[in-house]
Amino acid sequence: MEDYSNYPLQLDATDRPMVRFQNVTKRYGALTVLDNLNLDVAEGEMISIIGPSGSGKTTVLRMLMLERIQGGVIYVDGTPLTHEAKGGKLVEASERYLRKAREPIGMCFQHFNLFPHFTALQNCMEGPVQVLGLSKKEARERSEELLEMVGMIDKKDQHPSRLSGGQQQRVAIARALAMRPKVMLLDEVTSALDPEVIGEVTEVIKKLVKEHNLTIMMVTHQMGFAADISDRVCFFYGGRIEEQGPPKELFGNPQKERTQQFLSAVKSAD
Amino acid sequence: MTYWEFLSENGGRFFDGTLTTAAQFFLSAIFAILFALIAGLMKLSDNVFVRSPAVVYIEIFRGTSLLVQLYWIFFVLPLFGITLEKFTAGFIAVSMNLGAYGAELVRGGIQSVPKGQWEAAYSLSMSPAKRMWRIILPQALVNMLPPWGNLLIELLKATALVSLISVADLMFEAKQINGSTFLSAQAFGTALIIYYIFARLIVTPFMRWMERVMARKMGRV
Repeated sequence: MEDYSNYPLQLDATDRPMVRFQNVTKRYGALTVLDNLNLDVAEGEMISIIGPSGSGKTTVLRMLMLERIQGGVIYVDGTPLTHEAKGGKLVEASERYLRKAREPIGMCFQHFNLFPHFTALQNCMEGPVQVLGLSKKEARERSEELLEMVGMIDKKDQHPSRLSGGQQQRVAIARALAMRPKVMLLDEVTSALDPEVIGEVTEVIKKLVKEHNLTIMMVTHQMGFAADISDRVCFFYGGRIEEQGPPKELFGNPQKERTQQFLSAVKSAD
Repeated sequence: MTYWEFLSENGGRFFDGTLTTAAQFFLSAIFAILFALIAGLMKLSDNVFVRSPAVVYIEIFRGTSLLVQLYWIFFVLPLFGITLEKFTAGFIAVSMNLGAYGAELVRGGIQSVPKGQWEAAYSLSMSPAKRMWRIILPQALVNMLPPWGNLLIELLKATALVSLISVADLMFEAKQINGSTFLSAQAFGTALIIYYIFARLIVTPFMRWMERVMARKMGRV
């Protein structure tokens, strides 16, 4: 049993990243996927997570939104996410607490996961109406604004089955934004797309980075895109951060051998 | 006696019996869907105290004969102080039996909804109840409709057993007519035709219509 007395119940205002992973360990059975991860993401920062498959990069995002961890604590906006304070110390969070704590986080998935029985507009309105308690009218205005932003307003009454992959992903981005998240998780959002529509999704993400003060964590295989828009790139290898830095440095002058190997392998595949 | 004379003489009783069968069918169907939904959801629970009653219910009602269950509910339950009127005992037995089969359809239908849908609903912070009711169940329903069409036809045919506790349904009337006229082929033949028409011209088209409505909801037209 881990002793949580060393972890603060709340992060100080002077040292308060938007997301903090502190000694986080994630295991699936006997397999340790992430080993003692320490990572801070500042407010408004855009970080890209790259690495070979099995390096634990997608798990970083899934721990924030979907899965429990086996060691350490994750803080979001200064407050523990994976744990709650009970009697002056941290204990593992209840389901209810977790769900509430995850409200300021939005997520987009590789396979979009739009609700097939709703139209694009209904997909975007669902969260605001059902979770945030907005009126239909408010939710519709907010959703239409976002669909406009992602260039999908003309298709707002279409069901996902009538939309291309790129269009579905843009609606999925609008759906996540409709919850007004502080942190946005993008999990390989272009990996399932045909090459010719990747651009329409990356354009939307660029716009997002430029126009909104969102904290974004993006797992991607598109090195060029990551280099273009990230403030920082983290290279994961074997469940740990092997190397991280501004894209210019990490891509231009990687220090570690594994980073060099990975980047040259990716380059030769292009 | 021609068949038309037979019909004009006994048509009224066939008609009454058909109405009772229809009533048994609709009530059984509604309760079967209810039992199936409750037991199917309970069976998916992580909590063993929620799950086990559903497992016991499904095992008992799927694993034993409907006729025996019907006799239990009508003849044995009164010994424990629960007396049901025969009409009620009839549709309760049929719905509990078919509901146990339906529970497995509900469970399978829910499990066939892709994991990504749960994750997307969760990522919008939807409560477990809303997640199930608004996102998962509608999609599960689409997957479940074709097997439910079969089950409802099974259910219609199963209602014929209630004649054995003297509910005056179509089968009961056919037996009575057979007893008084000795025209077995006409009596049971007519019953057969009415059951067939009921299944083929009412139940099946209704389910097809439901499937079309759901396909439209999914934007798949």
